[in-house]
Amino acid sequence: MRGRPLLYTQYEDEQALLPSMTRKVMVAVLFAVALTIPFQLIPGLDFLASSGWLILLNRALIFAIGALGLNILVGLAGQVSLGHAFFMGVGAYAAVYLGGEASGSQIGLGLPIWIWLPAAGIAAALVGIIVAPTSVRVRGLYLAIVTLGLVFIGEHIFRNWSSLAGPAELGRVWPALEFRFWKEETALIDFDSDGVWFGIELLKEAKIFFLMLVLAALFTVLAKNLARTRIGRSFAAIRDRDIAAEVMGVADAKAKTQAFAISSFYAGIAGALLASVVGRLPPEQWSLFLSVQFVAIVLIGGAGTVAGVLLGSFFVVLLPRLVENLSGVLAHSAEGDGWFQPIADFFVARSTDDFGLVFLGADGPGLTTDQLNAVLYGLLIALFLIFEPLGLFGIWIRIRNYWKGWPFTY
Amino acid sequence: MSDPTVASRRRTLATWSQREDSGDYEHLLEFKGVNLAFKGVKALTEVTFHVDDGELFAIIGPNGAGKTSTFNCLNGVYQPQSGDIIWKGESILGRRPDKIAELGVARTFQNIELFAHMTVLENILTGRHVRTSTGWLAGSLWIGKAKKEELANRALVEDIIELLEVEAWRNYPVALLPYGIQKRVELGRALAMEPQLLLLDEPVAGMNLEETEDMARFILDIRQELGIAMILVEHDMGLVMDIADRVMVLDFGRPISTGTPAQVQRDPEVIRAYLGEEFESEELLAAEDEAMAEADPDAV
Repeated sequence: MRGRPLLYTQYEDEQALLPSMTRKVMVAVLFAVALTIPFQLIPGLDFLASSGWLILLNRALIFAIGALGLNILVGLAGQVSLGHAFFMGVGAYAAVYLGGEASGSQIGLGLPIWIWLPAAGIAAALVGIIVAPTSVRVRGLYLAIVTLGLVFIGEHIFRNWSSLAGPAELGRVWPALEFRFWKEETALIDFDSDGVWFGIELLKEAKIFFLMLVLAALFTVLAKNLARTRIGRSFAAIRDRDIAAEVMGVADAKAKTQAFAISSFYAGIAGALLASVVGRLPPEQWSLFLSVQFVAIVLIGGAGTVAGVLLGSFFVVLLPRLVENLSGVLAHSAEGDGWFQPIADFFVARSTDDFGLVFLGADGPGLTTDQLNAVLYGLLIALFLIFEPLGLFGIWIRIRNYWKGWPFTY
Repeated sequence: MSDPTVASRRRTLATWSQREDSGDYEHLLEFKGVNLAFKGVKALTEVTFHVDDGELFAIIGPNGAGKTSTFNCLNGVYQPQSGDIIWKGESILGRRPDKIAELGVARTFQNIELFAHMTVLENILTGRHVRTSTGWLAGSLWIGKAKKEELANRALVEDIIELLEVEAWRNYPVALLPYGIQKRVELGRALAMEPQLLLLDEPVAGMNLEETEDMARFILDIRQELGIAMILVEHDMGLVMDIADRVMVLDFGRPISTGTPAQVQRDPEVIRAYLGEEFESEELLAAEDEAMAEADPDAV
């Protein structure tokens, strides 16, 4: 209907993934802009084409896939889980067993990516199904503690299973992102080394970026679809009123098992991708801190909202870079003598006997930037829970509503 | 029918009342001597009643008489210690709540139990869960059958929205809606389950006269157009006596009278349960008069 964009004449239009023209255009533009990043076509965004920034963006996209999974469990089905890192680890080790090369005492079958990547998800999903019954027995904080236990059990197993995970300090080499039909010598599509695609010279990070962009888009669509169909609604029903949901015909145990399985599938895929992109990871990578990062993504982004979770992933992954840069700037001005110098000096410890919140060197007073990041995640989770439970998505909604009504205040 | 909207509603919803399996059983639902106790406290004692197809059966009684406990037993939320609950000639004792919902037992709650973070539309769509089959994979992929089923559901839910006149609130999160509308949405969510028996737990509690009349109209509409049997738990005697076919009175978990509204109203047991013993009340009045006369002799 021309001129009446909000009038739907078909249920199909109303139930669409992107129900309005504005949203369709916005998503298309965003995707197009993302695709051009490695080509440095847009002035102002060209710095993102450097290998350092692309690595960060790839990490954010992988985290987005994992966080979409956690969002299904925590945001949609309301089951608090701190065990996401464990499921990611399960996926990663399933991938390294199936796709990795056997060498010395380490096991590996050397199978191609189209086997090890889906299998990573499936392996994690199966473990999720085993864990799910606990969520029928315990709820809320107690479930958080049970899943917290999983992380420690997992870390212990990974650390000691050296034929699978490699030596505890070093870890082992993950299969590279290369597409093969079977075990042939040259890969059909090689994401893991710089090269020329369609006549354009591309960094290896740029190739991976394209792959991750496609995968993240795919998993976003799947998560969105799940949320708007029958099973997604049954998850939300369990979250909001579990007794009422059961009386409405939603089987409690079944819904929770499905939520755990789907969420773990996403985690497994994200874990395998993360390990493969980094190349070599020690077992303690799959630790509580990783879980907390994912909880931070979901809560800061906005629990239960797909768009919020995508925002949150970029926020949480890019935050350390921001903190690092900011500390660098502060340290620089603490050395100089502007009006800003005393404030900067208060925050930055310049030498071992200077007071400060952050210390940029290896060993000194105050926090390292890594520790500062951990503190910031915690602080942000708390602040968002208190002041903006809908997270970044909630802030976005407020901005949008403000401009919708502009110049009126309501 | 000249009104096209009503005609379309009839098309989709009216098929519900023509079920192929009706008539093969004595009663749609039967409670046989159901006893329920929490530790030492007896909530239900020998509760026996039956409901037939298309009947509007009411359960009344003072607070704590066991009306909601009866519903919870029927839903499978509570497990009675003894007795039997028969659905179409088959015992459903011990089945899980979701299995009982699948049979065609839907319910609204005394204290609204809507899914607070969902919109009106999503709440009613959730009611379709038992009558649909789209799995997580088909749903995630939004392919063929899943898409068709979702859109068919959407159309059917629109009929329910129309029937209950909640069009204006379709996309509102239910937590923002006024109480009376929430009650109506809850009724819609139960209706979406295509029930054969609808349990209404105090549908007009806390409503003003106008809202009560509206709700009564919806209940009668549902009964006439969709032919759904209902059990109504309610404190509003006017409503119960007006619309119920038969009434059961519970007192301290024990059924004390069952019959038509007129019969029940005249039953001395019922009068005693609600108003107390006759002589008691006369004595009380006399005592009160005496006390007043003593306090202020001039006034009498």
